[in-house]
Amino acid sequence: MGKAQLMRKIALGLAGFFLISSFSISGSALAAGTSSILAGEIKDSTSTPLPGVRIKLTGPNGFATQLTSDQMGKWQVKVTSTGIYDVTLDQTSLPSGQALTDVTKATRKINVLMLGTTLTVLFPIGPGTEKTPILDQSAQLLADGLILGIIIALAALGLNLVFGTTGLTNFAHGELLTLGGLLTYFFSAVAGLPVFAAIPVAVALSALIGGYLQDRLLWKPLRKRGTGLIAMLVVSIGFAIFVRYVFLFIFSGDTRQLPQFAGQAGLEIGLVSITPKSIMSTSVGLLLLIGATLWLLRSKMGKASRAVADNPALAAASGIEVEAVIRSVWILGAFLAGFAGIMVTLNQGVSFLMGQDMLLLIFAAVTLGGLGTAYGALVGSLVIGVLIQLSTLIIPTELKYVGALLILIIILLVRPQGILGRKERVG
Amino acid sequence: MPAPSQNTSRRDIALAALAGITPTPGVSKPDPIIVADHVVRKFGGLTAVNVSHLEIQRGAITALIGPNGAGKTTFFNLLTGFDQVNEGSWSFNGVKISGTPPHKVARMGMVRTFQLTKALYRLTVIDNMRLAATKQKGESILRAALPFLWNAQEKAATARSEELLTRFKLIDKRDDFAAALSGGQRKLLEMARALMVEPELVMLDEPMAGVNPALKQSLLGHIKDLREDGMTVLFVEHDMDMVRDISDWVIVMAQGVIVAEGPPNIVMRDKAVIDAYLGAHHDSTLEQDRG
Amino acid sequence: MDFIFIAQQSFSAALGVNTIIFALAAIGLNMHFGYTGLLNFGQAGFLAVGAYSVATLVVSFNFPLWAALLAGILNSVILALLLGLPTLRLRADYLAIVTIAAAEIIRQIARSATFNKYLGGSDGITGKFGKDFFALNPFKSGLNTPFLRYNGNDLWVVVTGWALVIVVLFVMWLLVRSPWGRVLKSIREDEEAVRSLGKNVYLYKMQSLIIGGIVGSFAGFVYALSRQSVQPDNYGTALTFFAYTVLILGGAARVFAPIAGSIIFWFLLVFIEQMLRQAVSAGYIPEWLIGVNQVGQIRFMLVGLGLMMLMIFRPQGIFGDRKELALDARA
Repeated sequence: MGKAQLMRKIALGLAGFFLISSFSISGSALAAGTSSILAGEIKDSTSTPLPGVRIKLTGPNGFATQLTSDQMGKWQVKVTSTGIYDVTLDQTSLPSGQALTDVTKATRKINVLMLGTTLTVLFPIGPGTEKTPILDQSAQLLADGLILGIIIALAALGLNLVFGTTGLTNFAHGELLTLGGLLTYFFSAVAGLPVFAAIPVAVALSALIGGYLQDRLLWKPLRKRGTGLIAMLVVSIGFAIFVRYVFLFIFSGDTRQLPQFAGQAGLEIGLVSITPKSIMSTSVGLLLLIGATLWLLRSKMGKASRAVADNPALAAASGIEVEAVIRSVWILGAFLAGFAGIMVTLNQGVSFLMGQDMLLLIFAAVTLGGLGTAYGALVGSLVIGVLIQLSTLIIPTELKYVGALLILIIILLVRPQGILGRKERVG
Repeated sequence: MPAPSQNTSRRDIALAALAGITPTPGVSKPDPIIVADHVVRKFGGLTAVNVSHLEIQRGAITALIGPNGAGKTTFFNLLTGFDQVNEGSWSFNGVKISGTPPHKVARMGMVRTFQLTKALYRLTVIDNMRLAATKQKGESILRAALPFLWNAQEKAATARSEELLTRFKLIDKRDDFAAALSGGQRKLLEMARALMVEPELVMLDEPMAGVNPALKQSLLGHIKDLREDGMTVLFVEHDMDMVRDISDWVIVMAQGVIVAEGPPNIVMRDKAVIDAYLGAHHDSTLEQDRG
Repeated sequence: MDFIFIAQQSFSAALGVNTIIFALAAIGLNMHFGYTGLLNFGQAGFLAVGAYSVATLVVSFNFPLWAALLAGILNSVILALLLGLPTLRLRADYLAIVTIAAAEIIRQIARSATFNKYLGGSDGITGKFGKDFFALNPFKSGLNTPFLRYNGNDLWVVVTGWALVIVVLFVMWLLVRSPWGRVLKSIREDEEAVRSLGKNVYLYKMQSLIIGGIVGSFAGFVYALSRQSVQPDNYGTALTFFAYTVLILGGAARVFAPIAGSIIFWFLLVFIEQMLRQAVSAGYIPEWLIGVNQVGQIRFMLVGLGLMMLMIFRPQGIFGDRKELALDARA
C-alpha cells in the first residue's frame, strides 16, 4: 500500500509532463474510497488567478451545486457517487477582458470512474476577443502572418543551407530556437541584463554553441566517419530529444516570459494592432534575412556555399574549402534560428517545447519552397506564415496548423519539387 | 576471343543486314526493333536531347557514342521510361511505348543497366539474380506468406540464376553480399541480372567504366554472346577500342543531336564526329584512339 | 534501497503492456524502414487511428468491439493510402516530412474542441470500451511473484498481447523471406534498379506502407484497450521516435529486432528510473542535483543520448553483425 501511494504521488508530481502520465507503470492500483474530489484553478493566460468566478456542477442522482473560485482562483467539490458530472463555467462571471479561449469548453464532462480520486478540471481562459469586421480581421491576420512568416524564414534558411551543403535533414534545428529563447531569458530574467543587452549576447552564444560548437563536436566528426545521411538524420532526432530534456531539466516545464515588456499594449497602425516589441524584433529579423540573402548572393563564402550545395565534389575540386563553407553555414544558421527563437520568446514566451512546436512549420516551409533551395525556403516560409493566420478566418483557430500541413501535402501532390525546386535527373 | 562458328554467323547476319545502308543520321534500317521520332528533352533552357529520327537494327550490337554531356544517358533514360520527354514518341517492336513507366518497359523485353552500377548491396549475389526472374508468383502479397505456392518456381529461378552465375564466373560469390564484389564483378552481376529478365533488347550504359583490363575482355565476350543468343544490344561507351571491336553499327551524339551513324570504321573517320569530339576535349582525338 | 521492488518493476515492464505496444509499433516500422527503406515518421498516426477507432466507435457509435477493431484496420489502410499516394513517388525525405505532418494533423484534430463530441478533445475518451475484451479474462486475480507483478486486467492484456505479437511476427517472417520480401529489400537498396528489372516499385512500397500501418494500428488497439482510454497527446512525434529507438536498438531489418529492442528499452527505462528514484529518496543523490520529479527527465535524456550513440557506434543494433553494413538507404 505504501509503495502504491508513493508511486501515485510520483505520478502526480509528473503530471503535466506530457508522456509520463501515460507511460508510467500501470501497476499502481488506486486506493478505493468513499468520495472523490473535483477541483480546479481558474487562471488567465498569464497565470494570474481569477477569484469570484462561478462554477456550476450537475451529476448523477440529481446532484447539483454551485460555487465560486476563491482568492487563489481555486475551487473544489466533494462528490460521493461515480458517474458523469457536467462542470460549467459561468462566462458572465469572468472579469472584463477575459473570456474562454474556446467557448465550446464552457461545460466539461468529467467521468468519475472510481471513488477516492481527485480530478482536476481546467478551463482555457485568455484575453477576450470582440467581434471585429472581416476587413480589420484580415489585415490583422495578414500582419500576424507576415511576422510568423519572417520567424519561420529565419529558422528555415539555416535548416535549408545545412541540408544543401551537408545533406543533413536536421530534426534538432528547432532546439536552436529554444536555445536562443532560453539564453535571452537567462540573461535578462536571471542575470538581470536589460533585454536589449541580453539579445545580442544570446544570439552570439547561439551562433557559437548551436552553430560552431555543434558542428565541430558532433556533425563534423560524423561526416569524417562517413556516417550515412539517414543515420545522421536519426542521430539528429536523438540529439533533439536529449537537448530538449536537458532544457527541461534546467529550466523546468513552465512557459517563461521576459520580465521587461511582458504585457505590452499594441499600437494601432492603420487597421492593425502591433506591439512595439514586435515591430522592433520583426524589423531586425527582416534586416537579418536581407543581410543573409545578400551574403549568399554577393560574398565569396555565400557563393561558395551555393557551389557546395550544387555539387560538393566539384566545389572541392575547384579549390573551395568545403569544411569552411559548412562551418560558416552552421554559424549563420544557428545565428538566424537563435534570433527566430528570440522573436517567439518576445511574443509568446519560451518553453522547452518551443523548438519542437516550430520544427514542423519550418519543415513545411522548406518542403513547400523546395528542399535545398535557399530562396525557396523564404517564399515557403512567408506562404506558410500567412496561410496559417488567414486560415483562421474560415477554420477554428485551434486547427490552423492542421490547415497549413494539409496545404503542404496538397502542394506536394501537385508540385512535388516544391514551389521553386527543380526536377531532378535520374541515372 | 574468336568464338565458334555460330558466333560468326549471327555477326554476319547483322553485318549483312546493315551493309547496304547509307551512313547518314536517321537512316532507316531493314528490321528496326526501336523507332524514335522527334524526341526532345529540355532541362531549363538547355536542350539535352533532340533526336529527330532514329532506328535501331534488331539482332545487331549498336554503340551510342559522343563526348560528355552529349545526352546519351538522358536518351537512355527517356527510351526506358526513367525520364519524361517534352515531346516525341518511339516504339519497341512496333508497339508505341513512349510514356510507358520503366517497369512496364522492362517487362516488354527492354532491359537496361546503369552507368553507376546498381548492385543491391545488402542482398546476396544469388538474391540479386533471383529478384530479376519474371512473373514470380511469390512476389504477390497474397501468395507471399504461402511458400508452397511458389517454392517450385523459386527453385527453377535459382537453377537459372546459378547457370548464369556460372557463365559469368560469379558462382563462387553466390552467397556473398553484392557489396563485397569488386567494381568489375558488379558490372558482370548487373549484366547477368538483366539477362534473368529474358530481354530482347539489352541496353548497357557504359559497361566498361571502372572495369580492370582483365575483366574487360570477358565482358566483351559476354556482350558478343548476347548477340549470338539472339538479343539486340544498344550500349553507351567511351572506350573506342571496345566500340570498334564489338559494334556492328555506331551512332554518334553531340549536344543532344545525332551527328552521324554508320559502321564503326566509317563513322570514326567522319569529319562531323571528329569535330564533335575535338570540340569537347582537345587532348584526345579519334585518330589517336585508333593506334 | 529496495532492490526486489526495483527488479520486480523492471522485469514486469520488460514483459509488460508498453513493451508489447512498442514492439508492435516497431514491427510496423521494421516493415517500412528496415525492409523497404521508407522513412515513415508518422507511425504515431497509425497508432492513433487504431486507438481512436476502437474508442470512438464503441463509445460514441455503439459498435461492438470486434466491428470497431475491423474498422480500425480499415482506417489504417485508408491512412496508408492517403499518405502513400502523394509521396511514394517522391524522394525519401518527402515521405518523412509528410508522414510526420500527417501524424500531427491527426493528433491536433483529435484534441480539437471542434470534434469534441466524438473524439473527446484534449481529454480524449475514457470509457469501458474494452469490457467485451476484459469479460473474457480468465486471470482475474492477476500475478504477484518476486519478479513479475501484474493486476488481473494487465495480465490479460499481456497474455493476449504477446500472443498477438507472436502471430504478427510469424506472418512478418513468412513475408520477408518470400520473393515479395526480396523485392522490398531490393527497393531499400536501389529502387531504380528494381524498376529496371520490371517490378512496380510504387505498388510494393504502398503494400509495405499498408502492412506496416496495420501492425501500427494493432499497437494502437493494445494501447487503447489496456488503459480503457485514449488521450491525443500520447500520440505525438515522441511516440514515433521511441519506436524508432526500439527498432534500431534491436537492429533494423531483423525479424526479432522489435521484440528484443522493446524488451531492452523498457527494462532499461524502468530500471534506470527506479534506481534513480530510490537513490534520490534515500539521499544518495542530493535533492538539489536531481529532484524526484526530474527523474523522468533524466531517462528521456538517456533515450536521446542512447539513440545517438547507437546510430553512431552500433547502427546495426546491439545484436547485429558489423559485416551486414551500416543501415543507410543511400549508402
